[in-house]
Amino acid sequence: MSQTMIKVDELTKDYGVHRAVDHVSFEMRAGEVLGFLGPNGAGKTTTMRILTCFLAPTSGRAQVAGFDVSDQSLEVRQKIGYLPEDTPLYRDMLVYNYLDFVAEIRSLPKEKRRAKIKDVAGLCAIADHLGRPIAELSKGYRQRVGLAQAMLHDPEILILDEPTSGLDPNQIVEIRSLIKEIGKQKTVILSTHILPEVQATCSRVIIIAGGKLVADGTPEELQARERGNRYSIIIEGAPAEAVRQKIGAISGVARCEARPGGNGATELIVDASGSEDLRRPLFRAAVDNGWTMLELARKSASLEDVFRKLTTEDAAAPAAAAAAGKGN
Amino acid sequence: MRNTLAIARRELGSYFNSPIAYIVVAVFLFLDSALYFSTLFQAGQADLRELFAGFWPTLLVAIFAPAITMRLIAEERQSGTLELLITMPVSDWEVVLGKFLGAIALFGVAVALMVVYGIVVAFLGPLDKGPALGGYIGLLLMGGAFIAVGLMASSWTRSQIVAFIVAVLLCLGLWLIGKIVPFFPRPLQPLIEFLGIDSHVANTARGVIDTRDVIYYGSLIGGCLLLAQQSLESRKWR
Repeated sequence: MSQTMIKVDELTKDYGVHRAVDHVSFEMRAGEVLGFLGPNGAGKTTTMRILTCFLAPTSGRAQVAGFDVSDQSLEVRQKIGYLPEDTPLYRDMLVYNYLDFVAEIRSLPKEKRRAKIKDVAGLCAIADHLGRPIAELSKGYRQRVGLAQAMLHDPEILILDEPTSGLDPNQIVEIRSLIKEIGKQKTVILSTHILPEVQATCSRVIIIAGGKLVADGTPEELQARERGNRYSIIIEGAPAEAVRQKIGAISGVARCEARPGGNGATELIVDASGSEDLRRPLFRAAVDNGWTMLELARKSASLEDVFRKLTTEDAAAPAAAAAAGKGN
Repeated sequence: MRNTLAIARRELGSYFNSPIAYIVVAVFLFLDSALYFSTLFQAGQADLRELFAGFWPTLLVAIFAPAITMRLIAEERQSGTLELLITMPVSDWEVVLGKFLGAIALFGVAVALMVVYGIVVAFLGPLDKGPALGGYIGLLLMGGAFIAVGLMASSWTRSQIVAFIVAVLLCLGLWLIGKIVPFFPRPLQPLIEFLGIDSHVANTARGVIDTRDVIYYGSLIGGCLLLAQQSLESRKWR
């Protein structure tokens, strides 16, 4: 049902001697909302600029909606809506005039422009601001104008570079829900270094660090991959040391730490040696020993842990190499 | 073509959204007419030549044109809007041409306002219409050439000040070449004279628009616009 909308194959981009994007490959299907995750300077913006035909790749290929970004740039640009980082808009123009200009460049027929601008303005909640100069708008509203601009021609693909940077928390929530709304009908790539954003909006995540792709999957998959099999339990009705020894003896438990909690309860952190689920044996141990179990929770790694692990591992290697190079 | 016109219209609109256009046009019209009318009454001849050609008008346009072109691309580079513009389905040519036409339109507004001076002079004495018309066209051509130079300079930098200074230097260079013809060896003189803008300005001010002048202005404008387009495209091969 869903065809491939974006196909990136061994994409590489060098700025002089600096390699910004290093043999990145991925594919994207229609209807996906892809979070492009990475620390600042990881190559997110460069990849997006290649996809939008602003820059040409040094080597490798990229296809958008079946068109090659190098050979069929005009077709590619017709298929995408793009919101660059920092939302560059013509500040001296009125919102309506600006959207009308974009509509004209996007080849919308004159008689349809007005209705289309009204539509998109409604969706982006800027209908009341069409008569205002862009310079007078708050950052949040400028972001909405930027999104409206990107959606005027009903593009199949939206490419949004850090759509929520510089917004206040309320605006972030609003823009995110707007993106989620848009993502129901369109294919969206958005870059960010804010993790909750990915969890809130994306169906798929790609993490890049130092120009290299280091992870690709749904947010859940990535979390599962890095999941430490760890449990936190609180038990009442026995001395801490006795509980620790009994739990430590359960097969599959690698490590057990206990510390006294409030009201005579004991808090334990249990690490499993394998990947099997230890919740049942833990519960049974409590029942068999006549303890009261107040809490049992399986801890999973947050996306943040995954991100930090992946990006610092890979970012550390080139940094160390660079430092060694300077030493010589 | 429609994209080109859309961009040109936006540029012209954006000139009039800011006070700069009004100030620059007003200053140009004031200085040009003040310098012209002060000599008009001394000469006592209903002749518009000094309004379009000669020392002052050329010098004024060499500064006026860069003042209106300096923002064309440099400002968009600085603010990042250039990225958004050229990732829309427009060619780099359409961007360059649209901006050129927008600036020409503003210059055209200034030249159109100068028709008033022509009418005033026609009341003062018999006006030779041929040279007058040639003068207006010649002024537009000279303005077009300097605007193309300015647009090219604006495409090279993200600083409007740098764009302005480079463009003024290049325009003054074109103007000065015509002034220093006698210092070159005799066989080179016709070439140098052709390269300078002075001889062409003088031709059109006489009401003569020669193929040589058309070739000169055409290739100067075309060459500068080509270099501006290359400069936009260079993002892809750097």
